[in-house]
Amino acid sequence: MKWLKTILHEIFGLFVDDASFALAILLWLVLVKTLTPHLGISTRCTGVILFTGLALILAESTIRYAKRPQQRK
Amino acid sequence: MNLGWAHTGTSVIASFLASLVECVEALTVVLAVGSVRGWRSALIGSATAIAVLLAIIAALGTALTRVPLHILQLTVGTLLLLFGLRWLRKAILRAAGLISLHDEQAAFTKNTEAMRQLTHGPAPWDKIAFAAAFNITMLEGTEVVFIVIAIGAGHAGMLLPASLGAVAALLVIIALGLILHRPLARVPENTLKFIVGVLLSAFGTFWVGEGMGLPWPAADWSILALIAAYLAIALALVPICRSRSHSVPSNTRTLRTPQ
Repeated sequence: MKWLKTILHEIFGLFVDDASFALAILLWLVLVKTLTPHLGISTRCTGVILFTGLALILAESTIRYAKRPQQRK
Repeated sequence: MNLGWAHTGTSVIASFLASLVECVEALTVVLAVGSVRGWRSALIGSATAIAVLLAIIAALGTALTRVPLHILQLTVGTLLLLFGLRWLRKAILRAAGLISLHDEQAAFTKNTEAMRQLTHGPAPWDKIAFAAAFNITMLEGTEVVFIVIAIGAGHAGMLLPASLGAVAALLVIIALGLILHRPLARVPENTLKFIVGVLLSAFGTFWVGEGMGLPWPAADWSILALIAAYLAIALALVPICRSRSHSVPSNTRTLRTPQ
């Protein structure tokens, strides 16, 4: 059953690589789902808000990784 | 049901490209195993894995039809978003030169050497070749199954186009494998991953929005806008990441205190 464990580990790895990145995405989805109906924002704008947050999370995560000291090849 | 090209076409393309990447990886290992240990066991191993995967697809496909669509869209969209953005993030970092490119030629050489160390020649029935081919086909194939289900389950009637995309990718790879009989090192893997990351992220965002009940402007055509927006951001992030990175010599890196 070692192959099954490997497959399960592989499947988890499909979705989560950087834990903070995955967590930020999930938190943003929860925030959009729970808060936007109470903020009086036009429903047509909610999709744009959803995308903008995700794009910012992607940008922050990649730039944060880039700023880390890289080993010279 | 009238499904627009924007949805059906992009489903097929996303599924095709994503599956193509996984199939290239599997083919590299199966070619290495087959050329060193013998084709019979390697091909039986791959065929067995494909049969198991088809059973999984049949089981999950039936179960998915019983779940309310908006819950399915939200769940699958979230998974697709996690998957797609993770893939896109890595593709951006690869394009910026911050993480190494996946080299199919190196993978082929590594697997070939590993197989050579375990035997002196091909045998009529080879458990190692069977297991190696089964494992890689199962692992990469499972990823293809998830891609197909993720792309196909988010919208009624999309499972077939997504499946067709994956089958087309499999056929292309089999044909290429037969013609080339060599690892597909010339396939620009990171370019594929970049495009796939953009497509999956756009689909994931759209389906999460659908699952939340958000009305997208221009309905399904919003997917094209999302694809364009993610592509523009990803392309812009490559030079930004490259300019923000700074390398340090390996001897100074070891002296740093872990944060």
